[in-house]
Amino acid sequence: MRAQKPLPRWVDIALMPALNVALAFVVGGLAVAAVGEDPFRAMQVLIFGAFGYGEGWGFTLHFATSFVFTGLAVAVAYHAGLFNIGGEGQAYVAGLGAIMVALWLDQTHWVFVLVGSTLAAMTFGAIWAMIPGYLQAKRGSHIVITTIMFNFIASAFMSYMLAQVITRPGANAETETIAETGRLPLLSEYFSAFTYSPLNITFFIGILALIFVYVLIWRTKLGYQIRTLGANPEAARYAGISAVAIIIIVMAISGALAGLMAVNEAVGVQKRLGVGYVQGFGFVGIAVAFMGRAHPIGIALAALLFGALYQGGQELAFVMPSVSSDLVVVIQALVILFTGAMSEMFKPVLLRLFNRGNGEPEPAGD
Amino acid sequence: MNFFSDIILMLDSSVRLAVPILLAALAGLYSERSGIVDIGLEGKMLGAAFAAAAVAAVTGSPWLGLLAAIAVSSFMAMIHAIASINMRGNQIISGVALNFLALGATVFVGHSWFKRGGSTPNLSTEARFSPIELPFAEQLGGIPIVGEIYEQLISGHNLIVYVAFLAVPVTAWVLFRTRFGLRLRAVGENPKALDTAGISVTRLRYQALIIGGILCGLAGAYLSTGQGASFSDNMTAGRGFIALAALIFAKWKPVPVLWTCLLFGVLSAAQIRLQGVEFPLIGEVPVQAIQALPYILTVILLAGFIGRSVAPKAVGQPYIKER
Repeated sequence: MRAQKPLPRWVDIALMPALNVALAFVVGGLAVAAVGEDPFRAMQVLIFGAFGYGEGWGFTLHFATSFVFTGLAVAVAYHAGLFNIGGEGQAYVAGLGAIMVALWLDQTHWVFVLVGSTLAAMTFGAIWAMIPGYLQAKRGSHIVITTIMFNFIASAFMSYMLAQVITRPGANAETETIAETGRLPLLSEYFSAFTYSPLNITFFIGILALIFVYVLIWRTKLGYQIRTLGANPEAARYAGISAVAIIIIVMAISGALAGLMAVNEAVGVQKRLGVGYVQGFGFVGIAVAFMGRAHPIGIALAALLFGALYQGGQELAFVMPSVSSDLVVVIQALVILFTGAMSEMFKPVLLRLFNRGNGEPEPAGD
Repeated sequence: MNFFSDIILMLDSSVRLAVPILLAALAGLYSERSGIVDIGLEGKMLGAAFAAAAVAAVTGSPWLGLLAAIAVSSFMAMIHAIASINMRGNQIISGVALNFLALGATVFVGHSWFKRGGSTPNLSTEARFSPIELPFAEQLGGIPIVGEIYEQLISGHNLIVYVAFLAVPVTAWVLFRTRFGLRLRAVGENPKALDTAGISVTRLRYQALIIGGILCGLAGAYLSTGQGASFSDNMTAGRGFIALAALIFAKWKPVPVLWTCLLFGVLSAAQIRLQGVEFPLIGEVPVQAIQALPYILTVILLAGFIGRSVAPKAVGQPYIKER
């Protein structure tokens, strides 16, 4: 092996991800230039749309809240060495539990709706994620394939439920609307700067979820077991950690976190459940988790960035009609590619750079 | 008699629906047999469908469209190759990224190119792959059963359909009867053994991914210039994942892939036909239940409740050559 010094820690956890994300934006900028618009002006419009005024902030934080949930879901599973691609389906099925309880309690008070629908969403999401977890742990079927299949099964199941079972008569596959008394308060009721944005009380559940995951993974015995299993399954086995139990528990937690998105989006904003309400936000969680290096602080920042992209992207499509808001999906894909699959892209260059700075001789090539 | 021609009609639409899944599943077969997981089938197919429709719309030639489709799909396969072979990155993440890249980029480019919100203009008949009448189809059509099957089921598909069905025996032959196939199977099971024998693991995997890229290109072109007449947002609609399911269901073997894809084709043709039909004992079956069936079957099979489906041993693991 080469006799090179390892990279400093800050390079590994901050500089490399930042470079990877920057590259994704450079490619995105080139795409904007390719359709004949000025990428720097596009960037300005995007940033102003996301952070330039109160309502923009409100939308950005609202999207970010959903991405925190789906991002944490991917991250928690990832610490156990599991890749949960099923956040989309888990959030979708969770919507069913959340809306049923919300519609049941909507004549009481929003506090009951919030608590009830949160618990229901977490339970439904957890159950939907536990089945693939169980199949992986007990029957050895690959979690990636099973969660992908479960996304499609969820989609078919939910369109059946919404069209036939809990549908509002006369509507095209959606539920009844939550009554006034049971609606979650918007933050604009307390801070008028957010004006018409959908940012609601679920935002604080998002912050709690971030803290919860930090404590769980790094400050509890279960978290230690999860990380051991993820880092070295053999070592975990010799340490007497039951992989079967951990996998099922981790998937349940992961699904419960993804499920919380239902409270934010379906109960909090749309106040009903419609077909395909998740809109791919479960998949955004994958990008958020990789960009944030599966750490709550990183995830909070990554979710904010993607929240800004989703909000600013809509503004951008409005101001520059030739730039479609699907640019956001392209950047999302590039972030997943560069920070997830090609994360060590800049490592050789950085290694050479840092070793030169230390005056060490470059070892002969391979 | 009426019942018979009904069955023929349904099988005919099953064949049409099976073709893109079949091509994509074969693409996945080459890739996964070589040890590279291919979650990105969906994305490659979608990118190819857009390229085919866009180029055919501009030039009026389905052939140039097909070339563009293969080029785009192979380019995406090369991104996957660089990430998973050279950079030894996570193959699943790379595949997921490709799917989103195609989803976003097709609409982004289409939106600025054709100004139709991401769709391409409708293609004229000359710009599409048109049905091919096999010889004597009309004359033989008069013969009951055999002739009807020949005229209505076997004849009258476009070129890509025949290529897809031909690709099955060809793949079986390549995989089990050629030196390349032997090496391909070996590199997915035990890359180190091949490396020790002086065969390049990298080269073999690149070859497998290029073949996969070409097959996904055909699948995409079929969707937008054979079966359909334009590209629309997310037009693959999960077919790449059904192909993945078919591949697992068929235990990574070419001929079973054909039967599985035909079965899935029959299921999706049945979805349309069984709407509102009452069955004895069970009553009306919801469309969504039939929609979910391929996925449910795959989950059950993967869990080992009916038989066992075991992936090539080295699949998903980057190969690190010892120095």
